[in-house]
Amino acid sequence: MKDLFRHMPGGGPGGLFRGRQVPTDMWQRCDRCHELTYTREWESNFKVCPRCGYHAPLSTDERVAQLVDEGSFEPLDEEMRSSDPLHFAPEGRESYTAKLERETERSKMVEACTYGRGALDSIPVVLAVLDMRFFVGTMGAVVGEKIARACELAIRERRPLITVSASGGARQQEGVIALLQMAKTAAAVRRVGAARLPYVSILTDPTFGGVTASYATLGDCIIAEPGAVIGFAGRHIIEQATGEKVPPDTGTAEFQLRHGMVDLVVPRREMRDVVGRILRLHMDAVGAARPQAHSAELIAAG
Amino acid sequence: MTAQLDFERPIADVRRRLEAVDKQLAASPNDDLRAERARLEEELRVKTEEIYTRLTAWQKVEVARLAQRPQTLDYAKATFTEFVELHGDRVFGDDGAIVGGPARLNGDVVMLVGHQRGRGTKEAVERNFGSPHPEGYRKALRLFRHAEKFQMPVLTFMDTSGAAPGLDDEARGQGWALAENIAAMMQLRVPIVCTVIGQGGSGGALAIGAGDRLLMLEHAIYSVSMPEAAANILYRDPKLAPELAGPLRVTAQDLRQLGLVDRIVPEPPGGAHADLAATAELLGAALHDELARLRSRPIDELVEQRYEKYRRIGAVIGG
Repeated sequence: MKDLFRHMPGGGPGGLFRGRQVPTDMWQRCDRCHELTYTREWESNFKVCPRCGYHAPLSTDERVAQLVDEGSFEPLDEEMRSSDPLHFAPEGRESYTAKLERETERSKMVEACTYGRGALDSIPVVLAVLDMRFFVGTMGAVVGEKIARACELAIRERRPLITVSASGGARQQEGVIALLQMAKTAAAVRRVGAARLPYVSILTDPTFGGVTASYATLGDCIIAEPGAVIGFAGRHIIEQATGEKVPPDTGTAEFQLRHGMVDLVVPRREMRDVVGRILRLHMDAVGAARPQAHSAELIAAG
Repeated sequence: MTAQLDFERPIADVRRRLEAVDKQLAASPNDDLRAERARLEEELRVKTEEIYTRLTAWQKVEVARLAQRPQTLDYAKATFTEFVELHGDRVFGDDGAIVGGPARLNGDVVMLVGHQRGRGTKEAVERNFGSPHPEGYRKALRLFRHAEKFQMPVLTFMDTSGAAPGLDDEARGQGWALAENIAAMMQLRVPIVCTVIGQGGSGGALAIGAGDRLLMLEHAIYSVSMPEAAANILYRDPKLAPELAGPLRVTAQDLRQLGLVDRIVPEPPGGAHADLAATAELLGAALHDELARLRSRPIDELVEQRYEKYRRIGAVIGG
């Protein structure tokens, strides 16, 4: 038996199941530390590895369930999909429309962004969530449009805005149209602020490129999940472009906190509570403000 | 002039023959040579037009990248009658990849902000080949605010392959800097005219490129990512960039057709690098015209229309 465990640094059952045949219904293997956890324990721990604290990716449904009050979320514009504005079909390569179909088939999703009304700790909010499972969470016209509509809904109904980001950046297949969604979303979230409504941006693993460089980093409060890697350029791009060796903690939530780029690093277990407190502090402050400190002049003040 | 690019070789050949004839003419003027000269000039005109009206998307990428192609500071001298460069972001440093300051265009004072790639190895390295660090974008932001304070319309010139992707850039919040600039430009209470003069590369271009009007020089390109980066993302092979330039729709003509570009500024035959003075004049006239139209509009209306302009970009199905 000793020999059996010798090459397995984790030892025990973690080592035993290091091979391919993990019974996935019972055990979950952590993508970071490779240790095994009972699925039930893992689920009740918000899909966070109890051993190393790794926050595993969440589906939109899981994210919504963890963040807002049970049954409160009403998604909007669920059928909205890309019009393939460039008719992107390089010769001899998969066309964008074919790729979109494949992404939908694989992920059972129509697009990368889901938004709608919800309640967080009984506070009515607008929530927009990006999902890595569809097209690496990339932002094209649909994601841009949904974020903009989420902002407009927040303003119309005087609800705070919460976004949860996870994205590879701009969707290349939509070219400059995808790029300009950065301007559209950046302007839209600023209007939420102009209406004196708080915007909380939650950055999760990974958030990169055009999403980092637009609405996701414009939150009044920016919260990152522990260990989430966030940045403009990814490790690969930095190493290719500069030849520099990128230290392992570059871009992590903790790195961004240290560099003054995020307000808080909050584990999933505490996320709902922390976001709720932040929203209340801001909504209470605005509610208590003198009546003339509202609307038109604030929009002008930006 | 020697050929900068393979496809320009036929133009350079005729130029060389012209120069040779000119030398002979200087030594022994005669009618045969004069006729030959006229014929060559016509050939040069025809060849240049033939080549430059049929540039492929990838050839335009190559033209846009030429070191000899005029850059922001060239136009600052040639298009504007006065320009005082202001330096520094007041927080961290001065980034040479972005230059800017108040300038005079036909007497009107404007704030000019643009990328500067530099020429020659030393200058190009100092300016990081026109790829700004966060402090470059923060300098631009400072100048935008300055412009707003003194009611100077903003003119920006985009000419970058993208924002710098270095370790230090990440540590200083490159993504945050870009986002802040874009958001600020969208709300700035002075008219903004943005022109892609060379390469409009990704978020690094957009961070000085959100405004009331988007212009492109005839052979400039604008892309979500440089074709090499896009090819790397899509096919893990940067070498496929040339075949991706077309489908990515990076040319001024394609983007005008898509309704994303408001105006194409013509370049003289042979491109901007063949004739700075002529390009500078065409650019100045276009900018003057655009500014005249924007100035007459109330600023509240202008800022609202700026929002609507971007709000409309990106048609979707089902919703």
